[in-house]
Amino acid sequence: MQAGLEQYLVVSAVLFAIGLLGVIMRRNLLVIYMSLELMLNSANLALVAFSRFSPDPKNSLDGQVLVFFIITVAAAEVAVGLALIVALFRKRQSAHVEDLTSLKL
Amino acid sequence: MGITDILFYVFAALTLLCGVLVVANPLSRSPVTSAMFLVLTIISMSGLFVLLHAFFLGIVQIIVYAGAVMVLFVFVIMLLDLKEEERRRIKSFGLVAGLLSVGAIVTIFVKAITGAGLPATAAGADGDTHALGMLLYTKYTLPFEVISVLLLVAMIGVITLSKKDLK
Repeated sequence: MQAGLEQYLVVSAVLFAIGLLGVIMRRNLLVIYMSLELMLNSANLALVAFSRFSPDPKNSLDGQVLVFFIITVAAAEVAVGLALIVALFRKRQSAHVEDLTSLKL
Repeated sequence: MGITDILFYVFAALTLLCGVLVVANPLSRSPVTSAMFLVLTIISMSGLFVLLHAFFLGIVQIIVYAGAVMVLFVFVIMLLDLKEEERRRIKSFGLVAGLLSVGAIVTIFVKAITGAGLPATAAGADGDTHALGMLLYTKYTLPFEVISVLLLVAMIGVITLSKKDLK
């Protein structure tokens, strides 16, 4: 079967689902963060596929520029998030979501 | 079926397999294993980017994600003492609820994608460094500058967060 836009989008959707499953299932903050990265990457794959299969060659690179910005924002987000996790670990000695329930009523 | 189609299936299978091993590795629950499989996922995904003629993004994916971001992850894993985490078990309620909701979402996605009549011919331009650079410095100059401010803000935030006595 020829690899068209449909195949790429299915791969992206399944990868997004894997990331979502990780966020729901895993209880370790670091692994939840990695699953978030998987979800961001699946969105990037969908954007690049749409850009490649766009019917208008003149503006088709806009999607790739958007992916470039997403990668930048994701890098900044990872830096801030990991700093938060380290600060939290210093206070609580745990990176486990079930130990972080002090806001619970 | 040409060589690019075969390569697509190889890279797609590798991406999905390593993605599953990030989230649910049957042999190890350690975050280091997850991080290493995330590196493999990202590298095989950059193969998919190259197949889609996004050459610049394929390289950026390897340099920024597999290089910088994953080194950050591994450093934080090294800083935190996570030996105790591996003993905890996954609750079966979370597993069942997660699998159900994720299965529903995948079904909706795949139905929507396969029923849409999407194009199968690639007509987009090549995403090489020259083309993307031209776009970034002409049409997208303002977002490019804004994103540099965002990186500066993130840097200041991280320095503030990692101070010894956080107020």
